[in-house]
Parts: sequence; C-alpha cells; structure tokens
Amino acid sequence: MSEKKTKRRDFLFTATYAVGAVGVGATVWPMIDQMNPDASVKALASTEVDVSSLTPGKTITVLWRGKPVFIRRRTQEEISDAKSVKMEDLKHPEKDEDRAKNPEWLVMLGVCTHLGCVPLNDKGDYNGWFCPCHGSHYDTSGRIRKGPAPTNMEVPKYEFVNANTIKIG
Amino acid sequence: MSEHEYTPKSKFGKWFNDRLPLLSLASHLTDYPTPKNLNYWWTFGGILTFCLITQIVTGLTLAMHYIAHADMAFESVEHIMRDVNYGWLIRYIHANGASMFFLAVYIHIFRSLFYGSYKSPREIIWIIGIIIYLLMMAAAFMGYVLPWGQMSFWGATVITNLFSAIPLVGEGIVTWLWGGYSVDNPTLTRFFTLHYLIPFLILGLVVLHIWALHVPGNNNPVGIDIQKPSKDTVPFHPYIVIKDGFALLMFMIVFAFFVFYTPNILGHADNYIEANPLVTPAHIVPEWYLLPFYAILRSVPDKLLGVIAMLSAILILAALPWLDTSKIRSAVFRPLYKQFYWILVADVLILGYVGAMPAEGLYLLIARVATAYYFLHFLVILPVLGYTEKTTPVPLSITEPVLGGSPNLAMAKNKESLKE
Repeated sequence: MSEKKTKRRDFLFTATYAVGAVGVGATVWPMIDQMNPDASVKALASTEVDVSSLTPGKTITVLWRGKPVFIRRRTQEEISDAKSVKMEDLKHPEKDEDRAKNPEWLVMLGVCTHLGCVPLNDKGDYNGWFCPCHGSHYDTSGRIRKGPAPTNMEVPKYEFVNANTIKIG
Repeated sequence: MSEHEYTPKSKFGKWFNDRLPLLSLASHLTDYPTPKNLNYWWTFGGILTFCLITQIVTGLTLAMHYIAHADMAFESVEHIMRDVNYGWLIRYIHANGASMFFLAVYIHIFRSLFYGSYKSPREIIWIIGIIIYLLMMAAAFMGYVLPWGQMSFWGATVITNLFSAIPLVGEGIVTWLWGGYSVDNPTLTRFFTLHYLIPFLILGLVVLHIWALHVPGNNNPVGIDIQKPSKDTVPFHPYIVIKDGFALLMFMIVFAFFVFYTPNILGHADNYIEANPLVTPAHIVPEWYLLPFYAILRSVPDKLLGVIAMLSAILILAALPWLDTSKIRSAVFRPLYKQFYWILVADVLILGYVGAMPAEGLYLLIARVATAYYFLHFLVILPVLGYTEKTTPVPLSITEPVLGGSPNLAMAKNKESLKE
C-alpha cells in the first residue's frame, strides 16, 4: 500500500461531496414525495354505511378510499363452512373468528390481493368469491384457497357505530 | 465509413457550416454508405421513425382537446370523437398508430434476431433499441389509461399492482404511483404527463440509436463486414431513401386499412364504458402487443416469481449479444439456428394467443410450456448452438453472392464451374 497522507484538499473534496449529496437529496425528495397521497386524499379516511337493509346472504359493495369494500351478512351455513376449515388447508392461515368479530358480518376490501381486481360474489369453487382476472378462488371468509393471489382479502379497520351502521376506517 | 471533408459551395453556407456543421451532418446522412444487398426487412427503421413522428403529431393535436381529469377524461374523448373537426380521424390514427408502431418494432426486432444484427460491434445499438422498446411499452400502457374507460382503469390497476409483488416496499411504491389508495384522478394526471414526456425521450434515444448505427454501419443479409466501400455499398440517398419510401407507402396502406375500415378491431369494447372502480370487466386483456408477456406473467403460479419472469423475458434480450456465442451473424449460414429461430417465432405467437385466452386448463398448460421454451431458447439453445453448430461457408464479400447469384459461396462457385 502506498502511503498517502490525507491533505487539506482531500478534506475539502469530501466535505464538498457530502454537502452536495445532502443538497441534492433535499431537492429531490419534495419532487418524489409530491406523488404520495395528498391531504385531500387522506382526509377521506372514513365512511359510514347503513346496513339495515341487508338480509342474510346479501352483500353490498361500498366505496372507501376509492376502493370497493364488501359488507356481507352471512348465512348460518356460510359461517359454519368458514369455521370448519382446517388451518393447514389455508395458504394464508387466519381464523374466521379473527376476520369476522361478529360472525354474521364479514367486512373486507373487495380487492383481489393478486393484482387488484374486484372478485365476484357467490362464485368459485369455495362458494365465496372468484376473481375473473387471473382465477383466484376465495372462501366464505374471504380467504384465498386456490389461484395466484398470495394472501386473504384484507379486513379494514371498522366498527359498529350502532346496530345498523358500520364505520369503515 | 468514409470520413470525407465536406465544404459547402455557397459563401454563406461555408460561413454557417464553420460555426454549426449542420450541412456536414446532412452531407454525411445523404452519402452514408449502405450495404447494397439490404432487403426489405431493413426498411422498418425508416417506418418506425415515421410511426414515432405520427404519434407525436397526432398526440399533440389530441392533447389540445383532451382533459386529464377523472370526471371529464371519458367525456372529452367522446367530445374529440363527435365534436372536434376531424377529431375521430386524429384519434383513430393515434390509437391504431400505437399498434402499427408495435407491429413495425416487432418486425424490426425479429429481423435483428434473424440476421444477428445485435452482435459485435453493434451491441450498443441493440441495447438502446431495447430501452426504446421498454419506453414504448410504458408510453403505450399509460396512453391506454387516458380515455378512462373500463379497460383503462382496470389495466392500470393490474399493471401498477405488479409493483406490489416487491417484498417490503411494494405496497408503498404502489400507493406512491397512484397518489392515493386506488387508481384515481392523481394517477390519471401523472400518467398524462408521463405519456406526453416519453415520446420525446424515445426521440432522443432514436438519435443515439442512429448515431451508434452510423459508427460501424449497417449489418446486412449475409452478415459480413464491408470489404471495399466502393464495391459493397451504395449511398443512402437516393438508393435507400427510395427503397424505404416505397416500403413506407406499402406500410401506410395497411395502416390506412385499420384506420378507415376497422378502427376498433384492435381495441376492446369495454373501453367504451366509463371507468367504474366497483366493477371489474369479466375478462381483462391487455393490448395485443403485450399479450406474450402477459401470458408469461400468468403462467407462473406465484405472484412475485410471475412478475420476475415477465420482466426477465424482456430484459433477457439485452443480454442477447453475449448469450449468442456464434461468431456468424446471419442465420442464412446457420442451418440449425435458422430452425430454432422459426420455433421461437412460433413460440412467441403461441404465447400471444394464450395470453388472450383465460388462464385455465389447456391454455395454462400451453402457456407454461411456451414460457419454459422461451427461456430455454435464450439461456440454453443459443449459447450451446454457438459451439456445436456446423455453419455453412460465408461468402468472401457482399458483392460476391450478388454477382454469383446466390448467397452461398459454395453454390456460387458451383454455378460458375457449371458455366465453364
């Protein structure tokens, strides 16, 4: 190794690069971050839905943050179907109790976790949902059973404001 | 390539050229020595330039009437179709022009594959070409989103969701791309901006593509270097200009057929329904020119691996100059490669076909076999073939087969001995 002394000039170069890099970073970041969701988009964070008209076996789809949310009032048969599934049969193991706090009501994002299409109701090999885009099958708890989707349909944060109203978000 | 000095005749011309050598550049372009055996497959470079200019001009005029807002985009496109003077014509040229652009670029790429145009010393031309091709796909995809129909919306959703396959940061990237929690107005406005920008990036890369081409000069159907420029080449103008011009006219007949007789045959009826985030169309299909890659994406059952396979299928082309180990450029002298070349053409066409079909049953099986073969061609067949294939003798010069009446030296020799 050649012996090279660190000189004043080397220090100046390093200091210049460092300050330059910080300056470039500070300039570029606003240009990148402006593309993230803006304040008006974030402000639409929650939606309240009246579910009094739903009879068992019916689903409504509402829009929350530009995305469809499925609200399904499940039949007794569907609930027992969903509860009887063994965990080892699931690609993304989640208990039905954890997905539907009140077993009669299933609330989840109606977005296929593969590439974002909206799955169809009462279709597919597991009597739940079927995504027409690339053939993912979901069960009556919205869990992925067959096809390319990696995970179950997402359950958003929601609560019952009263017996007839669900607040999503 | 001859680097001759050019002196303008007029005094003003000389004065100007000394300060900005535009006239020297024009002189280089007109005198540019071109192999005299180029066939019609070599006319697609000029045709592609025409396609790019057409898209830019029609795009600029459409942008004067289009409104990039989620509430108004769909209506403004209908307004262009019904109210704007000749709006229907300009939009149909632009929409079909994208398909014509891809038709020409695929012929251009497969010409390179057949005649080995990507090989040394033309690797940089080839790689710039691949970048142009990638930008073309980005521009086409974003342009398809702008009418804000059902296919626009759901195509945008599916394609942007490809990024969610990236571990850890995927979801964040998708939200960033959307500017929200789903494809919506912020997505539309940024896609419009980028759709406007990309053609000019392509234009800049085309200049580099041609510049890089003018260093070694054109490849040619026999794939050997120019020996004597005076014997083997003709000046670009008028010989190639006329030939390119004739081919362009033929191409424009096909173009005009689509624009005037079947302007919607390459599109999807679903895109005349306004975007609805609550309903996905029963069958989402990309435009025809993306179908082979779509088939590769769907043939892999895992999300991340599917995306990787699809991207690799395109990026593997950039490595082609090093994957093809054969020193012989033209397939004319490579009896085995020639057969594998046509199998690859068939393979890509099959991928395109199954990409348009539902991903299930027999179609899925075919897609998987065709995907495997696609990678096999580039990763195994090409490298091995370079070492094992017995090639036929190449002619000594470009002129020889032209004068001998056959591209093959041995055949040309035989013919001459027959004459004697």
